[in-house]
Amino acid sequence: MIFSRFFRRQTQPEPKLEAGLKKSRRGVFREIAALFERSEVNEKLFDDLEALLIQADLGVETTLALLDNLRQRVRREGIKDPAEAREALRDEMVTLLEEATRHRTVKIYQRGVPFVTLVVGVNGTGKTTTIAKLARYHQNQGRSVMLVAADTFRAAAIDQLKVWGERLGVPVISHAPGADPGAVVFDGMQAAFNRGVDILLIDTAGRLHTKYNLMEELKKIRRVIQRHVPEAPQEVLLVIDATTGQNGLVQARMFTEAAGVTDIAIAKLDGTAKGGIAFAIARELGTPISYVGTGENVTDLAEFDPETYVDALFFGDDEEA
Amino acid sequence: MFEALTDRLTDVFQRIGRKGRLTEQDVDEALREVRRALLEADVNYRVVKDFIAAVREQAIGEDVLRSLTPAQQVISIVHKELVRVLGSERVPLSWAPQPPTVILLVGLQGSGKTTQVAKLGQYLRKEGRQPLLVAADIYRPAAVEQLRTLGRQHDLPVYDEGTQAKPVDIVKHAIQLARERRYDPLIVDTAGRLQIDERMMRELEEIKAAVRPAEILLVADAMTGQEAVSVAEEFHRRLELTGLILTKMDGDARGGAALSIRSVVGVPIKFIGTGERVDALEPFYPERLATRILGMGDVLSLIEKAQQQISQEESERLQEKVLAGTFNLEDFLNQLQQIKRMGPLTQLLELLPGVGQALRQQQLQVSDDEYKHIEAIILSMTPEERRHPDIINFSRRRRIARGSGTSMAEVNQLLSQFKQMQRMMAQLGEMAGIGRRRGGLRGLLGGGNPLAGLGDGGLNALLGQRMVPGGIPPGPPARHPATQGAKPKAGKKVKKHKKKRQ
Repeated sequence: MIFSRFFRRQTQPEPKLEAGLKKSRRGVFREIAALFERSEVNEKLFDDLEALLIQADLGVETTLALLDNLRQRVRREGIKDPAEAREALRDEMVTLLEEATRHRTVKIYQRGVPFVTLVVGVNGTGKTTTIAKLARYHQNQGRSVMLVAADTFRAAAIDQLKVWGERLGVPVISHAPGADPGAVVFDGMQAAFNRGVDILLIDTAGRLHTKYNLMEELKKIRRVIQRHVPEAPQEVLLVIDATTGQNGLVQARMFTEAAGVTDIAIAKLDGTAKGGIAFAIARELGTPISYVGTGENVTDLAEFDPETYVDALFFGDDEEA
Repeated sequence: MFEALTDRLTDVFQRIGRKGRLTEQDVDEALREVRRALLEADVNYRVVKDFIAAVREQAIGEDVLRSLTPAQQVISIVHKELVRVLGSERVPLSWAPQPPTVILLVGLQGSGKTTQVAKLGQYLRKEGRQPLLVAADIYRPAAVEQLRTLGRQHDLPVYDEGTQAKPVDIVKHAIQLARERRYDPLIVDTAGRLQIDERMMRELEEIKAAVRPAEILLVADAMTGQEAVSVAEEFHRRLELTGLILTKMDGDARGGAALSIRSVVGVPIKFIGTGERVDALEPFYPERLATRILGMGDVLSLIEKAQQQISQEESERLQEKVLAGTFNLEDFLNQLQQIKRMGPLTQLLELLPGVGQALRQQQLQVSDDEYKHIEAIILSMTPEERRHPDIINFSRRRRIARGSGTSMAEVNQLLSQFKQMQRMMAQLGEMAGIGRRRGGLRGLLGGGNPLAGLGDGGLNALLGQRMVPGGIPPGPPARHPATQGAKPKAGKKVKKHKKKRQ
């Protein structure tokens, strides 16, 4: 996919790409770039930018903050040339994301010592698929992976993970549907340490952040993990759907409180959605975005890079795109 | 959010008020706040623009500017306009002239299609139909298995052909089966897809051409942002949608996406999904969603729930007791059990304007387990003790604590808080004699409603302090004089609903 090309990939991208997809993405990408091409640097331009950024789900606050910074720079640096203003905005957007990226913890992978990733999120954001992609990602780095099916609630969620496990040739630790997720995680931790796998990926049930009991359950899962290894889980990954609107901010806040989110993965970025909520989250919570999911294929996962993200989604620098 | 919007609007008008006269610019300033509230609710940017223009036209009339409470006046206009755009009437499902009726559920990945298929099946069976669920999502791993499991759990028949058959054939075969065994309707689960995925969209077009569904419902996540419109537009262009199911409304997303889709694509919202359980599907009421988009809480749902669960007689009896100051622990237990029947406490509190937000903001959590403790304590008392808590001495306390598996401290707390509540009720009684009810929850739930005692005073005093440090702040609703005005209206509207249903 076009978008994936902007990111450092671990594997070769699938070449199949529908013409329609290409066209529609291109239109969206280029809107901001085009805006700078045809306008002067004036209030009208700022108004149009505001519209575009809000439509990309950045939210009112974040949009206004970005544009305020841009306005100041335009005034301070006496920017008249739209191309320069464009670069300034791009800068501001990249800086915003980079500041959050700085909070990223260094991931130390040790051979034979399980690096535990707990994957959380609301219902239907793509947790299980992201886990499959992550598993493949680690496999490609030569790490051994094990999966834990701690979504014991949703019908057939365990089967879904098992299908992925088979496809990837990765062991899946599971209990019967309806079992206590804490118990599954306990077994998973034990199995991972006994077998000395490098990476342990834990799939949890989707839960709305407003459900008190379910959020408490996450805390319990965390405690179970920590009973084994105090410094685990080394990574708590919140999966956010790229189409999510302003509610994503509340999600990030609540999951961070309950589960200590360390990283964010933006899933389903292969649509027309621009995942602008990532900017709002980065600005308000400083949680780094670490991965982006860019398609349905198991290889469609990329490490997040602020510059390529901003360029790909908002500025469409790539000529071909 | 409503609190915030009301506050901000009140601010605006107060500033203006000092100048003595309102101008169009003043109204514009107020509308900027409304605009912001709508954008924060994820209403599409373009939709907000048109919407604000429409409201502006009405708001600039004399009445608003001269009104004593212009902030509420503006909100009321906005609310009315929202309801209008959302579609004032409920649109029922359409049925094929020749059974079986085919209902096709489509949407993006993860919007909740498979779950809604089961919910819709359950819903329609309750209406006396014989639904057949059809598993046509052959792509997502274990999607077929998921529907099978849901069918098994809820005793709903599911038709599937595994993952090797073509979706279009699966649906055709399902219709044959339905004709033979007289299933009606067929509810078809399709794979989640991006609206720009040409191959997958063509698959849906094929299904549509082959089986002519009476309903093609787009399943959309209430948390969707600005993209909702592009998604719905494209699905509509390819398939001519007949309706919308808005899911995950049990969260705190305000669901502005629905407004966007309704106003751009024009298809009616037919159902909303309010939880993971298979019975969590409700018909759509535009007024409630409008209220929610504005962040005003869903008072109507709450009142309706209360009315479903609590008889008028009972409620009058209780109110009398409250006013007379003879409200005892027995009555309180009664109330608790009635509230419990209305659903999980957190969900109920979310429905109250400001409360949900206040709970979240202050990170207060209310757990339904706390009900059980209170219930256990009261149930461990003798009837005499429940009627006259004053007789509960040290040894009785110890017995109650043991009997209920709680500690003496918990028993003490309950008793002292009940006393506090009684005192408040006594004051309420005096006030009721003097004149109008005060605002806040008490006013809101007053009017012959036994929940009155559990308003900001009762619920807070009794449950709040027990469960959560600091309790539910009694403040929010009462603090805002603006909420007062909304109450009588809410009551009237509910009555209207009731009449319609009869």
